[in-house]
Amino acid sequence: MEENRNGINIGLLITSVNFVFVCCLLLFGYIAAGDIIADWFKYSPKVALTNTTKKTTSASHFDKAIDGIHVQTGLVYAEGFEVVRGTCTTCHSAKLVTQNRATREGWKQMIVWMQVTQGLWDLGEQEPIILDYLATHYAPKAVGRRANIDLAEVEWYILNVEED
Amino acid sequence: MTKNKQKIGIHELYAKDPIEADKLLWGRVGEPKSRRGFLKKSALAAISLALGTKMVFADYFPRGIIPAALAHSSEAFELEGKRAGLIVLNDKPINAETPPHLLDDKLTPNDLFFVRNNGIPPREVNLSTWTLTIEGESVRQSKTYTLADLKSKFKQYTYHITLECGGNGRKEFNPPAKGNQWSTGAVGCAAWTGVRLKDILNEVGIKSNAVYIGYYGKDTHISGSDKVVISRGVPIEKAMEDESLIAWAMNGEAIPMLNGYPLRLVFGGYPASCSGKWLHKIVVRDKVHDGPKMTGQSYRVPCKPVAPGTKVADKDMCIIEAMPVKSLITFPKSGVMLPLGKQLPLRGHAWAGARSVTKMEYSIDFGMTWQPCNLSAPKNRFAWQQFDAKVSFPEEGYYEVWVRATDSEGVAQPMLLPGWNPKGYLNNACHRIAVKITN
Ligand code: HEC
Repeated sequence: MEENRNGINIGLLITSVNFVFVCCLLLFGYIAAGDIIADWFKYSPKVALTNTTKKTTSASHFDKAIDGIHVQTGLVYAEGFEVVRGTCTTCHSAKLVTQNRATREGWKQMIVWMQVTQGLWDLGEQEPIILDYLATHYAPKAVGRRANIDLAEVEWYILNVEED
Repeated sequence: MTKNKQKIGIHELYAKDPIEADKLLWGRVGEPKSRRGFLKKSALAAISLALGTKMVFADYFPRGIIPAALAHSSEAFELEGKRAGLIVLNDKPINAETPPHLLDDKLTPNDLFFVRNNGIPPREVNLSTWTLTIEGESVRQSKTYTLADLKSKFKQYTYHITLECGGNGRKEFNPPAKGNQWSTGAVGCAAWTGVRLKDILNEVGIKSNAVYIGYYGKDTHISGSDKVVISRGVPIEKAMEDESLIAWAMNGEAIPMLNGYPLRLVFGGYPASCSGKWLHKIVVRDKVHDGPKMTGQSYRVPCKPVAPGTKVADKDMCIIEAMPVKSLITFPKSGVMLPLGKQLPLRGHAWAGARSVTKMEYSIDFGMTWQPCNLSAPKNRFAWQQFDAKVSFPEEGYYEVWVRATDSEGVAQPMLLPGWNPKGYLNNACHRIAVKITN
C-alpha cells in the first residue's frame, strides 16, 4: 500500500471524499423531496384500519360504486346521482338523505320545507331529475304496524351466567 | 404494532378509548376546531385518504366519533367481539345515538350521551366573556349575567334528569317520517348542575302576562348563512319548576361541546329540543314563542289523531309538551344465547315524562302474559328509574323479551307503534331483545 511522506493513507482520503459527496447528495435529495420521504416513514393510518376497513382506504375505491351504492356518499348510483350528490350534500351529509324514505310528493314537501326555512335555492330544471331519483330509490317500504326485530342485524353471543 | 392490535376494528378502537383511537387512526390530538383548531394537516390528510375525498369539514369533526362514511362500512360491523360506539346518523350536522347496551349505567357517561345537533356548535368559547341575557316583552328589565355571576349569585342545584329527543324511535313509523331516523338511543340521564331558571327569572322580574320562554344559542346554520338554527322553549309554568335548570356541569364535569358547552337549559320530561344548548339568551314572551322549529310541523303532532300517512295542515298541529312513558332494556344486549335451565338477568331504565313509572313488567310470549320486574324509585322527578328481573324460559328456542312500563296515571307503553304523526315523534312502543335458549 502506497503511503506519502506525511503518512496519509490516500485510499482513506478518497473514501472520505466519497462519503462527504454521498452525504451531500442525500442532503440535497432531502431538501428537494424531504416531505415526500418523511411521509414514507410516517405512521400510516392504513395500518390501524385492519382488514375490516382496509378496503375503504384507497381513494379510487371510495369514489366508486359497489353493488349499486356509491361508496363515499352511500347514495344509490343511478341516473340522477351526480345532480343529487351535487345539490343535496352541500349543507348536510348524504346520510340525511339516505336515512329517509318518501313518495315523490313527500320528497317534494321536504324540498319545499328546506326552501322555505333552511335556505335551499330554487332547483329549476334539476328538480324533476332529483325527484325522480329520490322517488325511485328512496321510496317507502311497507312494514306494517311493527316490523320484526331485524334478525339480520343481530349478532348472537353466548352469555355466561353465574351458577345460583 | 402487536398482532393483537391488527385485529381490532375501528369500532372497537373507538369504543375502548375514542380519544386514543383518534390519535391512532388520524393523528388527531387536539380539540376539534370548533374549540381550538389544533387539527394537524397530517391528520386531515389521513382522514381524507381513508374517505377517498377531501374531508372539507374534518376540522370541525369532534374527537372520538367515527367518521360517518367509515361507520357505515358494513364490514366493520361483521367484526367479532366488537363493541360499537355511538351510531352516527348524520355527520353534518352531527346526530349520533347510543346503542341500548351502552346505556346500562344509571347515569349516562358524558362520552356516551346522544347528540342531536341542528347546526354547528360555536368554534370559540371564552368562559370569561360568555354571558346570558334575559329579555323579551314580558320582563320588567333586561339583564345580563356572566358565568361567574350565575355561579356566585344563585343557589346551585344538582338533579338527575332524563333528556330524550322528541324523535327518538322515529325509524319505526310507517309510512316513514321525515328527519333523522333515530332508533332507540336518543335518550340519556345525567346529573346536571346549575341554577334554577326560576331564581333568575324572579330576580329579573317577569310580568304577569308572561306565557312562554324561548332560548337562543350560539350554534350556527349548516348552510353558512346567519339564520337562527333553532330557538324553542317551554310554557312559563314549566320554566318555573324546581328542576328546570340553567346548567354548566354534567355528571360533575363541564358539559361536552356537542351537548351545549358551556351553558344549556335542562327541562326534564319535555322533548330535549326545549333544552337549548350553547345558551346565551332567554326571552320571556307574552305569547307562545315562535322561533325556528317552534312552528310549522317541527316538534308538533296532530292535535286530533289521524290515519297513517295523512297530510296535516300546520294549523292542525300542536306543540309536544310532556313525553310519554317509556323503557329500555340495557342488559343483556339483543342476540343473547343462554343454555336451558339458566335464568337470564334482565335490566334497564324506565321514565315517564312529567310522571313517574309505577309498574314494570316483562313478557317472553309476545304479551300474552306479563311478569313483574323490580323497580327503583326515581332519584328525583324526571330521573329515570331502574328495573331488573330474572327471566326463566320453558324450553329451547327463539324468544323475544319485551318490557312494558306503566306510569302513575295508569298509562302503559303500547306493543305496536302509537299514533302515527307526520314527523314521527313520540314512539314509545315497548322495547324488545332477541334471545335464543340452547341445549
Ligand atoms: C341550503 C342548505 C341545504 C341544502 C342544499 C339541502 N338541504 Fe336538506 N336540510 C337542510 C337543513 C338545515 C336541514 C335540517 C337539518 C337538521 O334538522 O338536522 C335539512 C334536512 C333535510 C332532511 C330531513 C328533513 C326533516 O324534516 O328533518 C332531508 C331528508 C333532506 N334535508 C334532504 C335533502 C335533499 C334531498 C337535498 C337536495 C335536494 C337537500 N336536503 C339539500 C339544508 C339543506
